[in-house]
Amino acid sequence: MTAAPALTRRSQAAAPKARRSIGSALARGEGRGAWLFLAPFGLFYIAFLLGPAVWMLISSFFNTSTVRTGLGSFAGFSNYAEMLTRADFWSAMWHTLQFTLYTVPPLVIIAFVFAILTNRVRRGQWFFRLAFFLPYILPSATISLIWLFIFTPGSGLWATAQGWVGITAGSGVLADPKTAMIGIAIATVWWTLGFNFVLYLAGLQEIPRELYEAAAVDGASNWEQIRYITLPLLNRTTTLVILLQIIASLKIFDQVYLMTSGGPGISTQVALGLVTNTGFTDNRLGAASAASVLLLIVIVAIAVIRQLIERAAERKAA
Amino acid sequence: MATANAFSRRAFLGGALAAAGTVALAGCATSPIGAGLVGSPLNPDQLIFWNLFGGGDGSRMQTMEAGYEKQHGGSGALQATVFAWGNPYYSKLTLATVGNKPPDVAVAHLTRAKPLWDGGILDPITEADLASVGLSSTDFNQASWDAQKTDGKNIAIPLDTHPLVMFFNSDVVGKAGLLDSDGKLKDLTGLDAFESALAAIAKVTGGTAITVGNVNENATPWRVFTTLYHQINGVSPFLSDNGAKISVDEDAFVKVLTKIQEWVKKGWLNKGLDYAGAQTQMFTGKAGFYLEGEWEITTAQSIKGLKFGMVPIPNLFDKPAAQADSHTFVLPRKDRTPEQRKQAMTFIKSMLDQSQTWAMGGHVPAYLPTLDSSAYKALEPQADYASAAGYAIYDDPAWYGGSGSTFENTVGAQLGLVQQLAVSPQGALSAIKGQLKVYTNTPSPL
Repeated sequence: MTAAPALTRRSQAAAPKARRSIGSALARGEGRGAWLFLAPFGLFYIAFLLGPAVWMLISSFFNTSTVRTGLGSFAGFSNYAEMLTRADFWSAMWHTLQFTLYTVPPLVIIAFVFAILTNRVRRGQWFFRLAFFLPYILPSATISLIWLFIFTPGSGLWATAQGWVGITAGSGVLADPKTAMIGIAIATVWWTLGFNFVLYLAGLQEIPRELYEAAAVDGASNWEQIRYITLPLLNRTTTLVILLQIIASLKIFDQVYLMTSGGPGISTQVALGLVTNTGFTDNRLGAASAASVLLLIVIVAIAVIRQLIERAAERKAA
Repeated sequence: MATANAFSRRAFLGGALAAAGTVALAGCATSPIGAGLVGSPLNPDQLIFWNLFGGGDGSRMQTMEAGYEKQHGGSGALQATVFAWGNPYYSKLTLATVGNKPPDVAVAHLTRAKPLWDGGILDPITEADLASVGLSSTDFNQASWDAQKTDGKNIAIPLDTHPLVMFFNSDVVGKAGLLDSDGKLKDLTGLDAFESALAAIAKVTGGTAITVGNVNENATPWRVFTTLYHQINGVSPFLSDNGAKISVDEDAFVKVLTKIQEWVKKGWLNKGLDYAGAQTQMFTGKAGFYLEGEWEITTAQSIKGLKFGMVPIPNLFDKPAAQADSHTFVLPRKDRTPEQRKQAMTFIKSMLDQSQTWAMGGHVPAYLPTLDSSAYKALEPQADYASAAGYAIYDDPAWYGGSGSTFENTVGAQLGLVQQLAVSPQGALSAIKGQLKVYTNTPSPL
């Protein structure tokens, strides 16, 4: 157990040294070559990410139309004012948050539990790794179709299973405004669990076996080993997993578009769905840009807040 | 030694790359990659046609496309693509045209062609274009031809009118005593006659009498509502000023929806069924009536052993009305040579000539030579409801309106919830007003 802080200290001490060696490499004039190799990626990055992002920021202040060239008439903050006073914008933001709240805890906790269980399997571990990761390589359209079949009212697997235990199937999970988002969340957890699972499994396999052996000799139970060795040493993995997961969940679009298209009513419409509808169906690119900027602000804010909390916790621990 | 090796490898790779580049450039003019890079059409002789027809319509359209190919140069003559119905289709059509990659000919609902025209997405169709393939404006059903004329220009060539109609299961309504000796549905004009018919059917089925899809389905609740709404005398249009004002008659709105909720509470009308579920109920005899556009005739005909008929929606209030739209052909904005214009018009003419095939799919033809033909008049049950095209109600013009539009989705979603008894008629009205506020307040982006 005493080894854990030592490990952390070593990695912290190693970091500045590594940074210094990069600095000296740049000083020796190898930097120019590096830029040359980065240039192809850089061009694509500017053309397809930075450029559109800047255009989005600018056009959010104009009545830009999808079917007209140019920015259109100047709108000032009216696109933002409109979005901030639109009930369906707030409802879409809430649904995005709702989806994030429904998916992040299970995706982190279940992935962790399954990784620990898989890591304990001695024979045929490959099967579990494959089984948990396989859904992740499927495209979102396939996932949506599979779960649409499962949730089909009346004849789907879900309704059939309900029938076995004596519940009369209603109009279906995705048809009820109260449960539609839960249905989408369940499909998503099944789909993307594998990614977090693999990250955790990689983290677990980094932990030296001797630590557990020493703990076992000291009389620590299985649960104590997880609590005092596995969890602290996976701290960095957990931080990464939570951050990636929050951002991925806030960017929810595919499953909603394919499974319910925001319905029933607008009860599962999410922020990116609203942006798409505003920009490409209503042809109001300016208003869609304003909504995108607001979503960007929320995502950055959540990421920063999470980072601050993390840092505060680290300082407390030190 | 090592240096020499590295040098020769680089030289080899460099040479190989240069050779590959030369081959690629040489193939530029004809290869798909080359066409993509310089933006030239893959196959200049091929006509590109986009539509949104699935189900029964989709198979009829394929038959007609095959008819065109047979006459005009085989299977390479036409590339037809089907996209998801509604907003996704029009979004793709708009973006493709804005991106200078439009199809040569596209299908559009008449109510959706108007906003496309306003957005500069369509090329007008001149009398000379019509004349080049032997057509003239008098060849079309006057109601739909007048409806497509915008700013004094022809923006679309109507193929049909497709009203909302009532399907009935002959076995079920027969047991309920609603058929006359010819097997036709008795006249159900008036609320009392209609409701006693529903009660009689409910007794036969032991449950639902009439079905309307309202789960994951926004258009059908809108079609049913607007049909009944316009049956009331003197109602104002739902939208006016090109969508800038919600002018719906609130008393009539509440009256229609209260009636619908009453039917649900009595168990006559389904509470929650999706599009396919609503028709399955009627097809399997668990309901007597089913309200949907006449295009579902193909699905009904494909059900083995199903005896059914179709009639216009009975007039329950003051005057007959039927929500409808027209499928039209439009020419997306594009630089066209005279040959390409002629080719596009030839395709449209070929489609119109096959209106009888299209009419088998339920739609009332807009092309008079077909509509007036004895072959069409002998077509059953199509002839039984063709009169509904005469009192068709098109959706009110609005930049966010038309079939499958944001307007239909917003309003239809609330109407679907009313039928689920999840929201009161007044609640739906205030939700509709709240959600449409942003559209009524915003100047059209077109």
